[in-house]
Amino acid sequence: MSGIFNSSIGRKFAMALSAFFLMIFLVMHVSINFTSVFSEELFNKMSHFMGTNPLVQGVMQPILIFGVVFHFIMGFILEFKNKASRSVRYSKNSPSGNSTWMSRNMLLSGVVILAFLALHFYDFWVHEMTVKYIDGDMSGLMDPNNADSGFRYYEELREKFVSPLRVSIYTVSFVLLAMHLLHGFNSAFQSLGANNKYTKSLKGFGKVYSIGIPAVFIFIALYHHFTH
Amino acid sequence: MKLTLKIWRQKDAKDRGKIVDYQLDDISPDMSFLEMLDVLNQQLIDKDQDPIAFDHDCREGICGMCSMYINGRAHGPDREITVCQLHMRSFSDGDTIYIEPWRAKAFPVIKDLVVDRSAFDRIQQAGGFISVNTSGNTQDANNILISKHAADTAMDAATCIGCGACVASCKNSSAMLFVGAKVSQYALLPQGQVEAADRVMNMVKQMDEEGFGNCTNTGACEVECPKGISLENIARMNREYLKANLKG
Repeated sequence: MSGIFNSSIGRKFAMALSAFFLMIFLVMHVSINFTSVFSEELFNKMSHFMGTNPLVQGVMQPILIFGVVFHFIMGFILEFKNKASRSVRYSKNSPSGNSTWMSRNMLLSGVVILAFLALHFYDFWVHEMTVKYIDGDMSGLMDPNNADSGFRYYEELREKFVSPLRVSIYTVSFVLLAMHLLHGFNSAFQSLGANNKYTKSLKGFGKVYSIGIPAVFIFIALYHHFTH
Repeated sequence: MKLTLKIWRQKDAKDRGKIVDYQLDDISPDMSFLEMLDVLNQQLIDKDQDPIAFDHDCREGICGMCSMYINGRAHGPDREITVCQLHMRSFSDGDTIYIEPWRAKAFPVIKDLVVDRSAFDRIQQAGGFISVNTSGNTQDANNILISKHAADTAMDAATCIGCGACVASCKNSSAMLFVGAKVSQYALLPQGQVEAADRVMNMVKQMDEEGFGNCTNTGACEVECPKGISLENIARMNREYLKANLKG
């Protein structure tokens, strides 16, 4: 097993495994975010749990960060190696006749998602880390000295989506995420060797997942922007 | 038909090479693409010029030698054919046609449109075989029962002619469709089981050493393959490789 990840197929496995992990995380993330549309209280409770639970914070969060970083670094490594495998380019090339734009531009959509993640981390994660681990306020309250002030998470979320520019950036990024997933979802299964009688159904489910998850994220951003 | 041809000319492996323009008149739409190149070469020979070097052998879609990238597509615009099966009726009068060799670090250009595909031979030699005693003691093939489905699927994989269109059309110059087909044709049959783990490990190792890129599942190889080799073969190779690694 030792040398598997040094091989081309091993790198595909690694890329696919990190992709599966991130796709499962997206389901969890969008489910929690969606509660903000219909229940302020539920969203606040879930956010507080996720933000203060030692297992989530101490184990799952570092694994998630590792998964994201690993997926991006491995993506860049693969792209670099693949570019090196063709030193002279074709004078005329018509790849649209044999493959989709999404499949050929995973790095481009990935880089846009990476840029979005930087903004997303700045918006939420850095703020959370500062409040909880630098200021030492684990209460999750709007006013840590007033127990009746209520949780701060819902209001902070709403505040972020006031800016039309930020909502536009979020929307564009999630469109790119949808395109990334439209190829990535089934590609991950193929990399792990799953190509059989269920593949057609899986492709259908992949389309629903790839468009559905980013669409709900976009809906949440637009909902809070227009109802603020 | 009147045509403008833009053809890659390269004296030898060390030459930088360039696209050279040629004009051709009176080309019949019923000619094959290779016959059209034969006409051009005769004209070049008549003018005491170096004819265009290109590979060809059977001219009936079996040998996989006629490897050319035509107007941005491996083997030209039509599907599931080799260049010798491509006819000039697929083009229009007045067309400009780009003709280039396969582009991959593992397939260096020898001259003009001829590339060295011996990397495929070395991959095959690394494990694309079964070890059988053929010294007169070979048993009747019908003694080994094989399901129709397994036989058909193995045969589908074995139709790979090793032309290299998969590598040429892949944006990563990946050879995984070729290696997947070669691994699959044995993995599906009982005779291939004994050496299955060594086969896939050695063939993948050789593939990586040759400098082919990583598969990113764009599916271009499957579309351009003249024999319609399916992506299922890559998935099967991935499974075989994982299985072989788990066995240690």
